[in-house]
Amino acid sequence: MKIIISNASQKPIYFQIAEQIKNQIISGELKEGESLPSIRKLAQELQISVITTKRAYEELEKEGFIDTVGGKGCFVAMQNKELLREKKMKMVEDKLSNAVAEAKLLGVRLEELKEMLTLLYKEDE
Amino acid sequence: MEYTVEIENLRKEFKGFTLKDVSLRIPKGYIMGLIGPNGAGKTTIIKLIMNLIRKNSGRILVFGKDHIRYEAEIKSRIGFVYDVPPFYEDLKLKSTASAIAPFYPEWNQQLFLKLMDEFELPLDKKLKKLSHGMKMKFSLCLALSHHADLILMDEPTSGLDPVFRQELLERLSHIMLDEEKTVLFSTHITSDLERIADYITLINNGKILFSKALNDVLENWVVIKAEKDLLEKKDIPGIMGYQKTEYGIEILTSDVKKARTLLPSDSITEKASLEDIMYFTNKGDNNA
Repeated sequence: MKIIISNASQKPIYFQIAEQIKNQIISGELKEGESLPSIRKLAQELQISVITTKRAYEELEKEGFIDTVGGKGCFVAMQNKELLREKKMKMVEDKLSNAVAEAKLLGVRLEELKEMLTLLYKEDE
Repeated sequence: MEYTVEIENLRKEFKGFTLKDVSLRIPKGYIMGLIGPNGAGKTTIIKLIMNLIRKNSGRILVFGKDHIRYEAEIKSRIGFVYDVPPFYEDLKLKSTASAIAPFYPEWNQQLFLKLMDEFELPLDKKLKKLSHGMKMKFSLCLALSHHADLILMDEPTSGLDPVFRQELLERLSHIMLDEEKTVLFSTHITSDLERIADYITLINNGKILFSKALNDVLENWVVIKAEKDLLEKKDIPGIMGYQKTEYGIEILTSDVKKARTLLPSDSITEKASLEDIMYFTNKGDNNA
């Protein structure tokens, strides 16, 4: 498992952790049934508060990504890969439609918006 | 939730300073940071828990028991980490340890030797030969060697260089692997706390301003900056402090969601750090 925490990020630390674990589950880096470090172990490794890692795990559990088995620890839950991808795609769609709405407000034309999107898409490559 | 320390209506009057009927609970298994400006009452609270000074009124329970009635029993489970350890300056470290070990039923000599080695502390040096940071480490080493369930640290990081501070934080997060352990640590250097503390209590002028989970504070408290004519402090819900300059106004609020709906469009909202919170609440008191 890989986790990198940014102190400069606007996102809360628990959110960064949950997001990164989620992505690793979706991409298959973390496999079904694989065990995760305990809440306290993870807090120690990352040198953050116990409450923070607890909250991250609670989010993941709520969204069905991990299961907590009393006395045994936390495990990656059985996943339906297709369903996961769909969930993720829905998120992308939502964010895009927000962006489109904002752009319309500002009178940005579709062509301009496409151009912007292309630039952004290629930025990280 | 179980609490390691429960303080109710604790009062202590000094000439020129009063700790004003403070109530505070420290949950078991977590780190509580006690922050506030110099002279706010942090050390007073810690000394009262240790019964080093006498309270005027109020109640303190440690491990569920009265801190005076069960003083000896309670203290054998507390590690009091202080930069001026109350031991003979002329005694070697190993002799100091043998002198205090009998007071602690849980004392583990092997662990002590191992920690002295890890902390790079010289067994054969006299206490007075140690630097400020080393004394602090020695104090912590003793606390860990008797398996203290409650570790009280008064300003453990002040006067320490960043390397020492980092080492201390690593040590603390290691202690927290054990969910039976509780840590209370006071500081005015808030950056030390921002990642590692589970709960935070802000004290100012002998009063507790709040005691909350640190996450809640960092997520909901913001500093709003705007032109001074655009914003009046009465407009902002949850205002905890503000400052006005020639050019603008800055407001600390504990309710970002409500505040956001009322803001002029060109104001700036920034996450509040603990330092901001300490600074603004201190200011708010003076100005309000």
